[in-house]
Amino acid sequence: MEPLVTFCLRMGDTTLILGQQTAAWCGHAPVLEEDIAFANMGLDLIGQTQLWYEIAAQTEGKGRTPDDLAFFRTERQFLNAQLVERPNTDFAHALMRQYLFDAWHLPMQEALCDSGHEAIRDLAQKSVKEVRYHIDRSRDLIVRLGDGSDESRAKMQAALDALWPYAADLMATDEVEAALADQGVLPGLDRVRRAFDAETAATLDRATLTIPENGHARTGGRTGIHTETMGYILAEMQSVPRTFPDARW
Amino acid sequence: MYAQLVETGAAEASEKDREFQEKIDRGVRIEANDWMPEGYRKTLIRQISQHAHSEIVGQLPEGNWITRAPSLQRKAILLAKVQDEAGHGLYLYCAAETLGISRDEMTAQLLSGKAKYSSIFNYPTLTWADMGAVGWLVDGAAIMNQVPLQRCSYGPYSRAMIRVCKEESFHQRQGFDIMRQLCEGTEEQKAMAQDALNRWWWPSLMMFGPSDKDSVHSEQSMRWGIKQNTNDELRQKFVDQTVPQAEWLGLTVPDPDLKWNEETGGYDFGEPDWSEFFEVIKGNGPCNRDRLAARNKAWDDGAWFRDGLTAHAEKQIQHIAAE
Ligand SMILES: [Fe+2]
Ligand SMILES: [Fe+2]
Ligand SMILES: [Fe+2]
Repeated sequence: MEPLVTFCLRMGDTTLILGQQTAAWCGHAPVLEEDIAFANMGLDLIGQTQLWYEIAAQTEGKGRTPDDLAFFRTERQFLNAQLVERPNTDFAHALMRQYLFDAWHLPMQEALCDSGHEAIRDLAQKSVKEVRYHIDRSRDLIVRLGDGSDESRAKMQAALDALWPYAADLMATDEVEAALADQGVLPGLDRVRRAFDAETAATLDRATLTIPENGHARTGGRTGIHTETMGYILAEMQSVPRTFPDARW
Repeated sequence: MYAQLVETGAAEASEKDREFQEKIDRGVRIEANDWMPEGYRKTLIRQISQHAHSEIVGQLPEGNWITRAPSLQRKAILLAKVQDEAGHGLYLYCAAETLGISRDEMTAQLLSGKAKYSSIFNYPTLTWADMGAVGWLVDGAAIMNQVPLQRCSYGPYSRAMIRVCKEESFHQRQGFDIMRQLCEGTEEQKAMAQDALNRWWWPSLMMFGPSDKDSVHSEQSMRWGIKQNTNDELRQKFVDQTVPQAEWLGLTVPDPDLKWNEETGGYDFGEPDWSEFFEVIKGNGPCNRDRLAARNKAWDDGAWFRDGLTAHAEKQIQHIAAE
């Protein structure tokens, strides 16, 4: 696969699976304002997915549509970071997953605002505003709940302990990103990791939370190696189009 | 409909009551700080909170399909719709709060099962076509009822309804569009659409509440300008609007008694199964228990979240005080 197609799928699959997980909170969040906020973030993420898939489909030139990419690929063909497929264990996990994602997504989108690829630059300039809003919200909640009650701190710390190892997968790169960096499609990738580290160090400190120190990192999503939760997410998401493959919706 | 059985209480009219009634008759909007009879206040609280609860519980049957929507576009539209419904809940709780009840009190009434919400949300969404039928019929019936409420005598409610109605008409069109796509699709898709209409038709007619002869509280509500049309009037309007749409789609309305009446210029139609309606209202519909359990779980599981935010806010106040 062309590096550009792979990269767009890595991005679009990540926003889709997170959007899917986020949307599942609709009607089940701890307060009405969070129902609304989660729906809103899910909506932005699905919109971003459509844009990534359009670029992927056009670049690939095989006549596949964004919906084909979402609903007719298998688990091993999905290239999202493992972080976003981690389960909706509780709302603390959902918030922490969102925050760690945002802490990577913002510098990533900022970098892409200078991309030499026009469609990607347009996408980033549109998305970056949404992403700034997302991190403002998620950072604020991480701080308030970390530095909240004993129980809320314990919940947020447990979520951080569970999810931190998966943050590495957001930033995992290989020859795909290297090739795109050479072409000027993907500028400033080195800054993304630094920005993520600075953001999380400062915020988690204000939240009185401790970054787990054992240093182990889970990666593999970018090459289609997932955790056991992933198959179920796709089974649910793809069930209708796969049951009626000739139908249009 | 979203408020199907609202009690009004009955008391003897005082001088103030008579002045109040005159104001209403002159079409003057009542605002939060104006004097109002206790019955009026209580009736509005019941009606607005039932409406708000309906929006909140109404997230669940449609939320059930967000993760399974069959295209990215449909997923986004459905998610936006459910987000709107939560927003409607929020405006309506705010409107009710102007009458001297808190959102927490109303939430407690919903969670304990004491407060009612629309019977319609106690039916299950079983296929993707239900997202079409719910938008088309349920939001369609909601609009029928809510358009006149834009002229409700109570200002904050009337203003909330103006915002809500704009969005509800989008929802209805989007639902109809799902049905259209299904009806233009494969045999299986058409069958799915017909099945959804079969299951949602009668429950949608019940949304307008019992027939006028059994609707004991309607008269007082109409005098107060809280209600503008009778249940039967609205139901008739809904049938007259919806039947031609079903025909356009090529679907059959599941009512053997349905036929055009040249004299009245409307459709004659069969009687909904009111015993089913009253069972659902009592808590014995197909999903009442699941809906309340889901709302209770969300609330209970979220206690640490709400407490954590309160604890943080208290710490901030202490920091400021210490400085
Ligand atoms: Fe609504
Ligand atoms: Fe509604
Ligand atoms: Fe609606």
